[in-house]
Amino acid sequence: MEIKDVLQKLSEARGVAGHENEAAELAASLFQPYVDKIKRDNLGNLVAYKKGALRSRRRPSIFLAAHLDEIGLIVTEVNENGFIRFSTIGGFDPRTLWGQAVMVHGRRDLPGVIGPKSPHLVSQEEAGKELRIEDMHIDVALSKEKAEELVRVGDTVSIHRDFMEMKNSACVTGKALDDRAGIACLIQTARQLQRMVHDFDVYFVGTVQEEVGTRGAITSTYSIMPDIGVAVDVCHGNMPGVTEEDSSELGKGPAISVGPNIHPVLGDKLKEVAKQHRISYDIEAEPGVTPTDARAIQVTREGVPCALVSIPVRYMHTSVEVIHTEDLNLAGQLLAYFIADINHEFLQEVKDYD
Amino acid sequence: MYLEELSPIPGVSGDEREVRKYIRECLPRKGVKVENDTMGNLLVQKRGKSSRKNAPHIMLAAHMDEVGFMISSIEKSGHLRFKKVGGLDDRVLVAKSVLVGKERVPGVIGSKAVHLQRKEERQKPYEVKNLFIDIGAKSKEDAEKLVKIGDYVSFKSSFTSVGEDCYMGKAFDDRVGCSILLELLKQKNMPSFTAAFTVQEEVGFRGARTAAYTLQPDIAIVLEGTAASDVPEAKDHEHATTLGCGPALTVMDQSVIADRELLTNLVNLAERENIPYQFRRFTGGFTDGGAIALAGEGTRTAVISVPCRYIHSPFSILQQSDYYHTLKLVQAFLENNSG
Repeated sequence: MEIKDVLQKLSEARGVAGHENEAAELAASLFQPYVDKIKRDNLGNLVAYKKGALRSRRRPSIFLAAHLDEIGLIVTEVNENGFIRFSTIGGFDPRTLWGQAVMVHGRRDLPGVIGPKSPHLVSQEEAGKELRIEDMHIDVALSKEKAEELVRVGDTVSIHRDFMEMKNSACVTGKALDDRAGIACLIQTARQLQRMVHDFDVYFVGTVQEEVGTRGAITSTYSIMPDIGVAVDVCHGNMPGVTEEDSSELGKGPAISVGPNIHPVLGDKLKEVAKQHRISYDIEAEPGVTPTDARAIQVTREGVPCALVSIPVRYMHTSVEVIHTEDLNLAGQLLAYFIADINHEFLQEVKDYD
Repeated sequence: MYLEELSPIPGVSGDEREVRKYIRECLPRKGVKVENDTMGNLLVQKRGKSSRKNAPHIMLAAHMDEVGFMISSIEKSGHLRFKKVGGLDDRVLVAKSVLVGKERVPGVIGSKAVHLQRKEERQKPYEVKNLFIDIGAKSKEDAEKLVKIGDYVSFKSSFTSVGEDCYMGKAFDDRVGCSILLELLKQKNMPSFTAAFTVQEEVGFRGARTAAYTLQPDIAIVLEGTAASDVPEAKDHEHATTLGCGPALTVMDQSVIADRELLTNLVNLAERENIPYQFRRFTGGFTDGGAIALAGEGTRTAVISVPCRYIHSPFSILQQSDYYHTLKLVQAFLENNSG
């Protein structure tokens, strides 16, 4: 299966934070051919394990995390006419919600749309204002009785968006590419590693609840306690109105982060491996704690040396995120070469720091 | 129902070709006379079962066009800037899938990511001038291989069933009218009438003006998809129309005051035939009725609409029963008034 087909499946799967089952099961089936063991942990994290080649009782391990969850909505009220009031799970820009097709995950999946009142009928003052969540509702076109039977307060709602390939371009668009692109990248890495020898045990982890505070990464890192952790997430792609400083160009490879959240030896090694294999990359300067799973991984137990590799995405946290599929291939390659390259000596360098 | 196929077709005002083509293909082979006028209206005269002497010439009109966009510039980065065609609220545009130009090049409407917006920016609604279309082009040259300035852009929305008896899709204003007209043209044993599939309603009912001038009907009925705002944010008196309450009859809008005799006739018919109906409780908005009523020496005109929620957005919702009741009412009107 081509990487864009893998991504299409992942993008169209539903997995609002805390409700990642569908996305997790799909990801498990996609990892299956390339790993030795797959399990789900207490929080629902998906852990795909691939055994390392080093013969040792204490074989070191590397942990690669991409998050399974996506931002979504939650039902707060079914009103007297069958309309649904909602709140958000994760960071939505409320202004992007009007006119979005949604799927309400009630007793069965119900398609619907988000609307405010008709713009034909709004007053002059209302017309110029930004829309807030409380100005909108979800319409599933059901009577009060039927809506109450099928939809309950607390049901989740995902944005419905068909995945599309751009014309004459390796770009694709869809929902939840943050961070299903990361998952697709890990699948690509696992696939590449089949033809390579690696000393370390590799844990490919699809984390849950990243969008509400990197929660899956907290427990999965704790249980596995790897020697090295790498978060694979998305960063901002280039788009009008955004400087080069704040973004990475699409199609020019992954971004390797540097900063306090990143172990400097790991960051340097990733750059070195990229150069060695002629994989283009961008450097992302992260002056503080990153808003990714790397935030949690780094401070687990006694601490885990941590790196962050990101796929550039445009229009993050909307249903029309755009990525370049070549970036997935390049990031997948980079991680595979990196994993094949590291050994005991390198681990010592990481520990010695300088 | 032709609506299922009519709804996804791109047909922004001035670019109704694909819709017209589809309608032409659906027309019955016999019993109709078809002509295109210079504006692009499709005029279809249906010859009825018998011709009563001095029967009035009835024109039924529905517009083929929808609101959308036009490419206005191509940036160095390959992003496309665009302008609105017809009345669209700027705030409904961001984060939608679109199709650009004749080749239907897929794209999305993007904005600067919210994370990178300053606080003041986040507190303002999105405006069309800050939005752009992304077709995945690497550069201006790359984009120019696929699109050019002036290309039309429509929302890309699939047609689906929702709820128990509703449909969701784009451009129900006014593909719903086109769909009903097609059904009437296909029916056997119908009296004579002329169906006008008009262009450019959304930019000032331009097509209806010339169509009505050409046809010079005695009576015109405009079939529309009109705003239903029976939603929680609107107060009861702001609903305009309500889903499930039958065809909405216009007393007046900003462009036309319905002919009182026609309106009374429609009300009486609906009551006699047990067809539910409602009055459109809103005097704003424009329809082809405005142009038809004033064409030539003037035409007695009425407007009948299927209530649709969220018109002029990527997805509207209508109820099947309203569609069929509208069809039934128009049919009853023809049977009672035509030759």
